[in-house]
Amino acid sequence: MEFQIIWFVLWGVLWAVYFMLDGFVLGTGMLHYLLGKSDGDRRVLINTIGPVWDGNEVWLITAGGATFAAFPTTYALMFSYLYTALLLLLFALIIRGVSYEFRGKVDNAGWRKVWDGAILLGNFLPALLFGVAFGNIFAGLPMDAGGYHGSLLQLLNPYGLLTGLLFVALFAVHGSLYAAVKTRGELSKRSAAMAKKLWPALLVVAVAFLGYTQFATRLYDNYLSQPALLAVPLLAVASLLGIRVFAGRGKLLPAFAASCLTILLVVGTGVIGLFPNLIPSSLDPAYSLTIFNSSSSPYTLKIMTVVAFIFVPIVIAYKIWVYRIFRAPVSEAEVLGDRQAY
Amino acid sequence: MDVLTLSRLQFALTSAFHFIFVPLTLGLSILTAYMETRYVRSGDETYLKMVKFWGKLFLINFALGVVTGITLEFQFGMNWAEYSKYVGDIFGAPLAIEATVAFFLESVFIGLWIFGWNRVSKRVHLLAIWIVAIATNLSALWILLANGWMQHPVGYVLRNGRAEMVDFMAMVTNPYGLLKFGHQLVSGYTVGAFFVMGVSAWHLLRNNRPDFFRRSFRIAAVFGLVSTLLVAVIGDFHAVEVAKTQPAKFAAMESIWETRKGVGLNLLLIPDPIRECNSFEQLCIPNAVSLLAFHTPDAEIKGLKEFPPELRPPVQPVFWSFRLMVGLGTFFIIAALLAVIISRRDDLERNRLFLRILVWSIPLPYIANQLGWIVAEVGRQPWIVYGVLKTSDAVSKSITTGQVLGSLIGFVLLYAVLGAVDIYLLAKFARKGPDDDLSAIIKPTFQHIKAQDLGQEA
Repeated sequence: MEFQIIWFVLWGVLWAVYFMLDGFVLGTGMLHYLLGKSDGDRRVLINTIGPVWDGNEVWLITAGGATFAAFPTTYALMFSYLYTALLLLLFALIIRGVSYEFRGKVDNAGWRKVWDGAILLGNFLPALLFGVAFGNIFAGLPMDAGGYHGSLLQLLNPYGLLTGLLFVALFAVHGSLYAAVKTRGELSKRSAAMAKKLWPALLVVAVAFLGYTQFATRLYDNYLSQPALLAVPLLAVASLLGIRVFAGRGKLLPAFAASCLTILLVVGTGVIGLFPNLIPSSLDPAYSLTIFNSSSSPYTLKIMTVVAFIFVPIVIAYKIWVYRIFRAPVSEAEVLGDRQAY
Repeated sequence: MDVLTLSRLQFALTSAFHFIFVPLTLGLSILTAYMETRYVRSGDETYLKMVKFWGKLFLINFALGVVTGITLEFQFGMNWAEYSKYVGDIFGAPLAIEATVAFFLESVFIGLWIFGWNRVSKRVHLLAIWIVAIATNLSALWILLANGWMQHPVGYVLRNGRAEMVDFMAMVTNPYGLLKFGHQLVSGYTVGAFFVMGVSAWHLLRNNRPDFFRRSFRIAAVFGLVSTLLVAVIGDFHAVEVAKTQPAKFAAMESIWETRKGVGLNLLLIPDPIRECNSFEQLCIPNAVSLLAFHTPDAEIKGLKEFPPELRPPVQPVFWSFRLMVGLGTFFIIAALLAVIISRRDDLERNRLFLRILVWSIPLPYIANQLGWIVAEVGRQPWIVYGVLKTSDAVSKSITTGQVLGSLIGFVLLYAVLGAVDIYLLAKFARKGPDDDLSAIIKPTFQHIKAQDLGQEA
């Protein structure tokens, strides 16, 4: 059943890349006011993510679509069990998407204020909700033969909230570093300082998360049986420390790269711990959704593997090309002088 | 109301709302790409101003199309978990392929197009909008192949308690899906053409920038005529496919109760579903329905009575939507033909009545698109996958009435606000007319264009 394993890996990669890419959009968005002190600053921030945020969000659509195509039972149960949480996530993502487009379209301070608020909310809420959702998936959902026995409030348990906090802190540092790299002058300095200020908080949350995971989940079982896999969480911790080292020396691009790596490895740590589950049952492991009992047929997985192996590299290639075109930092003069800018 | 009814209502509402934006995206992306092609080839700045003006309207519309599309992907799992479990093996594939093959292209290159004016050469910038336009069309292909499979399932077997894919190529070449794609594509182009003609007509009536809007109008008129004719031609073949594969839907579309040969088309007809007949029939064109359905005048058409009442779609909405859609389609062909003829002469602005009609016609192709989807989706009931799975068996088991009522109210409120803002912005920028200040674009790479050339049109 090698296709199920291929798709488990792809599933993890899609989520990890999504969080790495949308993470800095969510991060700059939730710090919209803390980094962007003036209207000009906020415009610059929006223009740093303007050319890429939409393409980044498609990784989420693809992760969702891949779950549907490769693990339909997991897709169906996850989305219907977490109905209200996902609804809130969806509303937040809708609001975020239109905010960027609408904000600059009317020249009125009150109008911009509304959409600035929407940008803040539309980025903070998804970061938190994704964390809460993944925390609960790591810990397992209360499901058995009778279906799902949880509720929205039960998702807000301490471990879920701690994971939510971890995601918020990760993306806040990630977004600050992105803003520091992609802007100039005061705004860049302020963003770099913000990353350094937030980093200790991230470290505390990350340590708490790693400790609490031992009690709240069975994620470490795979690492105990295959100690070589411990390289992934250890590297995650190393790159987390690397963020601070690079940022402290004013090397912003390496610090941002370390932050990218941290997110990839943190997601990797969780996904490896889940294997072969996609959603464990917290009531009875017999009702866990695994890559074996919830996957599509071998034929479908084969077709989808061919599609993924052809098109994902192409996507990555043109994405890198477009990122290179927009690699220069955005300055306020440039944004204010350009009527096309957001 | 129960979870099933509320979920159906929610899916209908959210997909109809999504579909306000999709057709214009399909049509306007092609028109904008064409205008930019003309600009790059000729260097004529009126075309550049067109790209900026129509492109801005395109983007306001595009943003809502994107964000409301995510809702549909989420809802398959949230509200229709039993459906997703049962058919995900074959239905999930086109959706995942759409994201990987088309949606990525579209969203990455739209970013390059919006922000890349000064960063890439004119040709690369032109390439970006063409990629966006093609990716948008490609996106529609995969979504309609998925919908085509729900209408006419192929390439699967029922195994392990679900529908499993056994023939990917059968799904990809499903005639139902391909015809639906063709019909939808040109219907979207029709929306785009009438949008551009209507907005241009509004400005021409006010004698505002006549040269700019006359040229825009001409492009849209030709595009519109070709599109509306293709809507009818492909629609005809599509109807043949429906008659062949979904006889109950076809019978409801024409309100035919008794199975007969050589069925005529009553131009005036009122269905009476309670008495299972038509209460009024006038102006019959002999053999026309048989001819439309099977392209032979004596063909037998199955009547609704052939099917047990619980397997018939609701006749009234399907029949009236189809009638109205065909009527509107006919009007579009006539209007587009007149538009081409009149815009070729120099006195376009003097045909004020015609221009006024075109302004008021802007919403009509939108309505026709929605009606077409009512025929397609209501006409498929009581099935969610025709002949395989009933809609009533497809709804999620774990969700409650309170949850769905809450989400439905949330969608109504959120979408009402978004729809209002979007219409406000579209109207604002459509009325404002083109921007003559191209300095942001034509600096510093294209400095050879002199400042006085920019003001020429004003």
